[in-house]
Amino acid sequence: MAKVGVYVCHCGSNIAGVIDVATVRDFAETLPDVVIARKDLFMCSDSGQEMVKQDVRDGLVDRVVVAACTPRTHEPIFRAAIEKAGLNKYLFEMANIRDQGSWVHGHDHEGATEKAKKIVASAVGKARFLEPLEDKFVPVTNAALVIGAGIGGISAALELANMGHKTYLVEKRPSIGGVMAQLDKTFPTNDCSACILTPKMVEAYNHPNIETLTYSEVDDASGYIGNFTIKIRQKQTYVDWSRCTGCGDCATKCPAKTADEFNAGLSDRRAAYIMFPQAVPKKAVVDINHCINCADRDIGTLPKINKKTGRPILAPCERSCQAEAINRSIAHNPDGAIRKIEVGSIVIATGYQVMDKDWFKEMAPACPNVITALQLERIISATGPTEGKLLRPSDKEKPRTITFVSCMGSRDEHFHTYCSRFCCMYMIKQARLIKEKYPDMVINMHFIDVRAAGKEYDEYYVGARKMGINLFKGKVGGLEMLTEDKLRVLAYDMESATSIEYESDLVVLATAVELPPDATALAQKLGLQFCGSNFFRELHPKLGPVETATEGLFLAGCCQGPKDIPDTVAQAKGAAAAAAVPLAQGRVRIDPIISEVHSEKCSGCGICIPLCPYHAITMQTYADRPRAQIEMSSCKGCGVCTSACPSGAIVLHGYEESQIFAQIEALTA
Amino acid sequence: MSYDPNIVGFACQWCTYAGADLAGNLRATYPPSIKLIKVPCSGRVEPEYVMEAFAKGADGVMIGGCHFGDCHYKTGNHKTSQRMTILSKMLEDMGFDSKRFRVEWISGAEGYRFAEVIEEFTKELQELGPSPLKGGNGHGR
Repeated sequence: MAKVGVYVCHCGSNIAGVIDVATVRDFAETLPDVVIARKDLFMCSDSGQEMVKQDVRDGLVDRVVVAACTPRTHEPIFRAAIEKAGLNKYLFEMANIRDQGSWVHGHDHEGATEKAKKIVASAVGKARFLEPLEDKFVPVTNAALVIGAGIGGISAALELANMGHKTYLVEKRPSIGGVMAQLDKTFPTNDCSACILTPKMVEAYNHPNIETLTYSEVDDASGYIGNFTIKIRQKQTYVDWSRCTGCGDCATKCPAKTADEFNAGLSDRRAAYIMFPQAVPKKAVVDINHCINCADRDIGTLPKINKKTGRPILAPCERSCQAEAINRSIAHNPDGAIRKIEVGSIVIATGYQVMDKDWFKEMAPACPNVITALQLERIISATGPTEGKLLRPSDKEKPRTITFVSCMGSRDEHFHTYCSRFCCMYMIKQARLIKEKYPDMVINMHFIDVRAAGKEYDEYYVGARKMGINLFKGKVGGLEMLTEDKLRVLAYDMESATSIEYESDLVVLATAVELPPDATALAQKLGLQFCGSNFFRELHPKLGPVETATEGLFLAGCCQGPKDIPDTVAQAKGAAAAAAVPLAQGRVRIDPIISEVHSEKCSGCGICIPLCPYHAITMQTYADRPRAQIEMSSCKGCGVCTSACPSGAIVLHGYEESQIFAQIEALTA
Repeated sequence: MSYDPNIVGFACQWCTYAGADLAGNLRATYPPSIKLIKVPCSGRVEPEYVMEAFAKGADGVMIGGCHFGDCHYKTGNHKTSQRMTILSKMLEDMGFDSKRFRVEWISGAEGYRFAEVIEEFTKELQELGPSPLKGGNGHGR
């Protein structure tokens, strides 16, 4: 017979302020197999844990139920405690009477107390049927994968590589660098972005432990912490990168044009192109979606022969390539190539996109002089379309008045309710850089309020005010297009409590940060979940900011939520440290809460096999008959097979039928 | 007739159970009618468990899982959906009001939604009155 100990937590007043803890304790004592019921102010405190440990050591209890908060945060703490006292840690059950009790039923103390009694009875019912389980261990592949090679991915990869782990750095664009490569300068020190980023890009690319796979995407993922198998699709470049020298001749000769993503659409690039001058690796790509098949010839067909000269008529890209890296006669596979890699842990650092201006109809998006802040970044960058000269897009004239509008799509219930966090600071940076260069220019900035929470950020903001930049508190209601590509700004100034109207030559919108649409497909492949703001969800908002619900997957940078460069780098290094743990340990624990087939009961019907999402079930001969068997390291413990087995031959440890029936019984008593 | 319905809930630990915890964090309020049994995946819930809860007199039963595409185990919630659609029809065939049985997809980010669903389900059960199986009509195992 089980000897169950029940420990009810006050959680200060969090529980005891609503639930009558003494009544719950008294009730617990009356439950079958309960030998002792105690209460404490904070069960998770040292003294609370010690109370449980002492009862275990004294041989008083051999099953422990703690009625407190949620097992999602505190189960590991109590499991560790009873294990230390010498009890199998799986002989533990939590009754969640805070998060799903006192916190939500504050309006009904009596009802909350009655519910708490039932939840305790349910936990005790389950605890009576708990079985000791043993952790198992499997070896780990000593390699890591970092998805996304912006500053977050690069920082994580360097950290892992410097710890001595083989690291794959995968980037979907032709070059690493991410959004940071598009920036001119960075706040609050006005460091040139390229000057601090490019050395990191080169260091990562040349690191002996890092293998960089650009123009590549995750095609498929399987496995579990310690042993993931990832299929990487290396997209077709139509250029032999082993020969390409990065000279860029193809890009100058190619006649096909399309919008240049790197310049945020402000200029054109060719179909054959190098992403940007400092690209790493500096290799050309033929963008087949915009290739116009020069010389009337599809890729993979032989060139026509010039009747006069007898020589083949080559396309400009192949003709210009001295290195003979472009050969359009080769029937390249448009799907590229699949490369299979094995890794032990994965850091996801896929970054963000900013919203397009077209979402904001009141902001005259049709006017070329209404631009996003990322476009302004390209305009003021020395590598941008105007080589750093501040010229407005419509007529390439220097503007006299510039307007900045914050919170476009952020803190707005029509789009995103969250704050994009770094817009205030980059707008101030852009305004300062412009004011330094052109002191006579009138700069008007409109904020709901300025958020400059960061080391030396507020000083930077105050400095902007001192420079003579005009800051208004209040939203811009709309823009009107005027003649000569000017704009009328209709705004409100809360400080003077008046409406303001003026003409502006250039309007910059700080549009919201959001996940790019292809993040959804990646999330499905890897098993990531989304938070309410539609970014990737971390394990715990405070205590697990880099971990995810799937062990072995870690998050860094803006894919987890908007953050600036310092925060991204800090999180990336944190994610790398966490991702290195299983690699350094060399083995990972397999949770014993997984399914197992009792072969003697299995009829061999095979119903379970196609149900398993992890292909963990196979038929093996047992006592001369084929019967199902579950591969321990592949099983993740969902219990879908257990529920379907008509013979009741599959048990899911930790969620066994007897345990669940005991809970149902307790809840309906 | 006013009474306090008793709802047995089965909640997957990744989505609905987490959503219920979030409701707590947000201090959303809902009636103390529901008591959750944590399962790894809604796919762990056997139709028998639902039947058992009703047989023992539960006024309502709810299964909570992840939204389609969000399942921690890829497709467990699809299996739940298929199984429970059939169960729902069986309950009707047996002359039992299937309104007492709900399958809800509530994510770990939907704390307020969890509270709203419980509020609404509780109201509906109050209108339906206590389970006809209450008071020993059900047969135990």
